[in-house]
Amino acid sequence: MISVWDYVISFLVGGFICFLGQILVIRTKITTARILVLFLIIGMILEVFNVYAPFKEFAKAGASVPIIGFGASLARGAIMATKEYGVIGIFTGGLTATAGGISMAIFASFIFALIFSSKSKRGGH
Amino acid sequence: MDKEKRNTNYNVYVESKIPKTKAWPSLFKAFFLGGLICAIGQGFFDLYSYLFPNLAESEVTTCMLMSIIFLTCLLTGIGIYDVIGAWGGAGSVIPITGFSNSISSPAIEFKKEGIIYGICVKMFTIAGPVIVCGVVGSIICGVIGLFI
Amino acid sequence: MQTIVLKNGAYIRAGYSIVGPLEGKGPLKDYFDYILKDDTFKEKTFEKSERKMFKNILTGAIEKAGLNIDDVEFFFGGDLLNQIVSSSYTARELGLPFVGLYSACATMAESLALASIFISNGLAKNVVAGTCTHFSSAERQYRFPLELGNQRPPTSQWTITGGGASIVSNVKSNVKVVAVTFGKVVDYGINDVNNMGAAMAPAACDTIMTHLQNVKRSPRDYDFIATGDLGKLGSEILIDLMEYNKMTLGKNYSDCGCMMYDKTERVFMGGSGAGCSASIFNSYLLKKLQSGEFKRVLLVSTGALMSTTTSQQGDTIPGIAHAVELEYVGDDVKIDNKKKWDSVKVKQLAKAGVKE
Repeated sequence: MISVWDYVISFLVGGFICFLGQILVIRTKITTARILVLFLIIGMILEVFNVYAPFKEFAKAGASVPIIGFGASLARGAIMATKEYGVIGIFTGGLTATAGGISMAIFASFIFALIFSSKSKRGGH
Repeated sequence: MDKEKRNTNYNVYVESKIPKTKAWPSLFKAFFLGGLICAIGQGFFDLYSYLFPNLAESEVTTCMLMSIIFLTCLLTGIGIYDVIGAWGGAGSVIPITGFSNSISSPAIEFKKEGIIYGICVKMFTIAGPVIVCGVVGSIICGVIGLFI
Repeated sequence: MQTIVLKNGAYIRAGYSIVGPLEGKGPLKDYFDYILKDDTFKEKTFEKSERKMFKNILTGAIEKAGLNIDDVEFFFGGDLLNQIVSSSYTARELGLPFVGLYSACATMAESLALASIFISNGLAKNVVAGTCTHFSSAERQYRFPLELGNQRPPTSQWTITGGGASIVSNVKSNVKVVAVTFGKVVDYGINDVNNMGAAMAPAACDTIMTHLQNVKRSPRDYDFIATGDLGKLGSEILIDLMEYNKMTLGKNYSDCGCMMYDKTERVFMGGSGAGCSASIFNSYLLKKLQSGEFKRVLLVSTGALMSTTTSQQGDTIPGIAHAVELEYVGDDVKIDNKKKWDSVKVKQLAKAGVKE
């Protein structure tokens, strides 16, 4: 059931989110860490207000690949776990839902750090 | 003229001297790169849905994100991702690749200070806030979840 | 007085410069003594490459002057790394008595000025003054990891890989240090670490104005006025500030950061770093002075005296600038280093592991 439309909408929505981010970069001299945190929180807010699920249904990977999706899973994980397990879920839910991504980021970074060394820049853009 | 006024005037003057670069090229690049990464993500999503039809959608999404994260770490390691990032700006930061790159780049950079004090300690110098805000935010969301 | 006029002669006996591969493609490439082909310099870390580069600069300068290490009485120098380790480790390697200095990117003028004062007052016969920076070691200390995919703002500058050293001596040569001015720390409230040029320009203006007043000259009296690393934006601001103070910097003014690179779009506002004025002074400016093409030169190295901690805490960036005035003093004296130098250069290259 691969449809071209999924790709087109992923490209357009994902691109548009980055476009908004770039406007911030140009206007406010924002740093990498701040952009990431900002969009993470936006994702959480979208999830809390139940906007993220329909948005993802519409935008496919355009919603789940940006860090917004990461924030939404953190929030959704916590909310679901709270519903299921009560108060303990508040603390376990978020990281459980995103464990795959975080573990892979740490593991792959560690392995590649052992293998590779940083290289000098050749003159940036 | 007192110092504070002088400094304010100077800052205003400097701001006016900064050459205005055209915004459109960089906005377009960010749009294109961000869109491309998301489309690649969709490709992984379709691939994993086809290979593992029994997985739930959220699990397929996790697999897809993990693949992208792995690839980004690899590209960072071989020294390509910083070039992509310098080209695409926010288009390389906002997708999950930005998170991945911000963990792997200090890990690789500070390797020379040793495994424990270099790689392990410095790994979260940039991405640390994302994890902290993520965890704190998810707990707040969990608390909200108690009431809805 | 802020300006010290050197009564007895302090002469520049020789200068030696090394730059990295990117700088070696710039418009001044023919003036540098040695251009690295690989900026790691066959070392494991960038800090080690910086040290090796610094060591080669110092030995290069000493040998070019036709001296031995033992003839050099003091080493004035500094660099940008924490606790100026590159300089002190280099001093350890060479066993030179070491006067460690820090004025950020203004270290070249500071060390040259102090060295000249030592010589002029008869406290030493030969001293070496120099500094050195490496793009990658500075980047990982001051900014972000090299592999982070971030975009630099258009006002940022590019720390150069390179450095230079001069041998100051009481033996007469055709380049004389006439007067030096130590600058005040000036802060006009800029707190953007990506706009160092604007933070340092007021300091440069202050030092140049003071120097010109004290030696009773105008900018027109100089064949060349060079600031250290203000970059394109910073030097435009300096011209405006000087204009505001009713002084005109004409065509004889340029900034080392702007002179270093060809394609400014790759390095934004131009070069920066302590090595910037050090390498250009010890190559281009010194050679022009030695040939008599420039009769009088004012070198104003500029530095931004912040640290990563202060800038994260939101403090503004103080700037400093030191000025050194040099003069061509005629053809009648010439140290014949040329012949010896050719053989030394081959030795140097062999030592660096480079075959020509």
